[in-house]
Amino acid sequence: MATAAQETNLKPAAATQVTFLEAIKQAMYEEMERDPAVVLIGEDIGVYGGAFKTSEGLLERFGWERVIDTPISESAIVGAACGMSYLGLRPIAEMQFIDFIVCAFNQITNFVAKGHYLWNAPAPIVIRGPAGGGVHGGPFHSANPEMYFVHTPGLKVIYPSTPYDAKGLLKAAVRDNNPVLFFEHKFLYRRIKEELPAEDYTVPIGRAAVRRPGRHLTIISYAAMMHTSLEAAADLAKEGIEAEVIDLRTLLPLDEETILTSLKKTNKCLVVHEDTKTGGIAGEIAAILCERAFGDLDGPLMRVTALDTPVPYSPPLEQYFLPNKEKVLHAARQLAKY
Amino acid sequence: MAKANGANGSGKLTRQQYLDLYYYMRLNRAVEDTMVKLFRQNKIVGGLYSSLGQEAVSVGTAYALGKKDWLAPMIRNIGALLVKGVPPRDIFMQHMAKYDSPTKGKDGTSHFGDLENLHIVSPISMLGDLIPVMTGVAIAGRYLGQKIVAMTWIGDGGSSTGVFHEGLNFAAVQKAPFVLVLENNQWAYSTPVKRQVPLENLADRAKAYGIPSYTVDGNDVVAVYDAAREAVNRARHGEGPILIEVKTFRRMGHAQHDPAEYVPKDMRAYWEGRDPIALYEKFLTGEKLLDEKGKKEIAQKIDALLSQERDFAENSPMPPPEFAEHGVYCSGDDCHKIRPQWERPVAEVTPPKSSVAAVWSVEGFGSGKSSGGGSAPIHFGDTQKADHNGKVDAEVPEAIAESIEAARSNPRAVKSTNSKSVAKKSSKPVASAVKSKGQAGKVRR
Repeated sequence: MATAAQETNLKPAAATQVTFLEAIKQAMYEEMERDPAVVLIGEDIGVYGGAFKTSEGLLERFGWERVIDTPISESAIVGAACGMSYLGLRPIAEMQFIDFIVCAFNQITNFVAKGHYLWNAPAPIVIRGPAGGGVHGGPFHSANPEMYFVHTPGLKVIYPSTPYDAKGLLKAAVRDNNPVLFFEHKFLYRRIKEELPAEDYTVPIGRAAVRRPGRHLTIISYAAMMHTSLEAAADLAKEGIEAEVIDLRTLLPLDEETILTSLKKTNKCLVVHEDTKTGGIAGEIAAILCERAFGDLDGPLMRVTALDTPVPYSPPLEQYFLPNKEKVLHAARQLAKY
Repeated sequence: MAKANGANGSGKLTRQQYLDLYYYMRLNRAVEDTMVKLFRQNKIVGGLYSSLGQEAVSVGTAYALGKKDWLAPMIRNIGALLVKGVPPRDIFMQHMAKYDSPTKGKDGTSHFGDLENLHIVSPISMLGDLIPVMTGVAIAGRYLGQKIVAMTWIGDGGSSTGVFHEGLNFAAVQKAPFVLVLENNQWAYSTPVKRQVPLENLADRAKAYGIPSYTVDGNDVVAVYDAAREAVNRARHGEGPILIEVKTFRRMGHAQHDPAEYVPKDMRAYWEGRDPIALYEKFLTGEKLLDEKGKKEIAQKIDALLSQERDFAENSPMPPPEFAEHGVYCSGDDCHKIRPQWERPVAEVTPPKSSVAAVWSVEGFGSGKSSGGGSAPIHFGDTQKADHNGKVDAEVPEAIAESIEAARSNPRAVKSTNSKSVAKKSSKPVASAVKSKGQAGKVRR
């Protein structure tokens, strides 16, 4: 039985600073409290509480049938979650590291994503897990595989940057009638804190947020790089360059209107992402701007991204691989000159 | 192959059930015959896959399911769809890519389903994915207290996929009410079963998952039904998943385009002499359940139905081109109508009743047997003591022994280190209940 202390620990405490990780746990806890159709499925999520402890305490409270520890079988996790959703359940499937999501690639892209289009079978499941680098996790524990899935019609892809958004978007994902992939940047897990509202709230899927207003150029980013972009924007302001920073939050569907509105004002666009360059979301944004706002562009779309390599392990290599504030500043200064 | 075995099997069918099995097998074949005609008239879009000679598998297994149970067919399980209640027109229209088809032209063949009424999950072309999906269906049904069973099929070829293993293993650890029918038709496109799986009975794979299995003559519809009914009952009563291997034969090519010249003539001849419908007619006639008049009546009934269904299908329009853009996402309030149907108190799965202590109970730890036969905290089973003298096991054939000795003297050149598995002839087939009964079984009228 869960003790009173455990319950208190899990319940959102008003006016306290909450980490990204705690925000994820709160979202799952509150959705499970709200709706008995919500269940968790994944590796080491029950007794152990998850590799990052995102589900710690949930087994104690909700029991074996709702917090399902599985064998190391990502395809089975996703497949079973899909099957469960056909009877009205709302499973949240955890990939222990999001790198492992590609083990379930066929199940996600062919079974889950196509169901509604082909035979009117929505699969309201959430697949979530820790993503991203900067913590020396090496080539198989640091990836940003979001774009494999942004290329798949039928999925929604979320990659938040703040605890508030993480909680609100995860709740929205659970309540959404479509399969949602939810990427959590593990660099942010314990590094940022935010005060969250005590009451229930959701953040709408498919809407970007303007994190900092500006008029000289637009920096579009998401996840951990959103914070890097904000730091760069603060430095740029000292140089008299006012950058508007947009946090995409959702990559699919992409909020084209917020991007276009900002570009109409700044006429210059820099995209910053931790994903590798070729096939990253920056290329898609460039195409959208060419199609829909060509006349508004006063300079080339520029991008600061990771290198087109696997994520290397050794700290100097990884540091070289990743985008950082200096690289953003360099690109922004160049762009501002146009 | 058909042997009398009235102990717990065929004796339980009623006259109507025997005739139902016959009707659905005939309907299965007639639907496919009709589609071959449509194919030759260029009215089928894309490929056409045949289950000629495998009707007893689809019909016998699906007939064991109840109305609330779930199934997910493969490409050659149209008979199962008919048993579950899919009208033939839907199957025709699917193949003709018509707008009134269940997928409205977005997919063909048996790729369609019905979550709300018939409880059918659509397959995809990638094999094996249905196994974890139907495991999920089974687990969800149990969670909601519905006492349902989920069933799907996999081929001899599809049983080689990774997701077969992931799905069946997960179903087994979950003890999911799930029945997997392994339809061994001996050919995966052009590849014979021996080139896919080094086992005589594919049912032996069940041993690796710690679940029971049956091997059944797939051309004996009563034997298939008996095994399926027993498996469904066991699964429903909490025994966990069960694997049924049905041995049959794919009489046509992989699809219409494939003349299947790779199939040996005598093999084909053998199985053509064991047509499941002809075998069953002989049995029904012998049991005085069916005479020429009855046969004719059923044929006429099916002809009349299918001509009506075929007309409907042919008159259905093709989808409007712009329909291609619609339905990628479920949006709006009524696109998702599935609500959980609770048949147990929700209080059981909500706090405080759902709360548990988060500890593993590892059953049996501390009561094992060491390799020397003594007691040990973990069970070493029937493993043999390792030979630390560096001598090769006497059972190892000479040629292999030499290569092992060579490998020892030059460890970098090691090819096979598992001498035991190479050396020992595969042990006897796993004690799977071989079921071959039914045709001559007793009839209860």
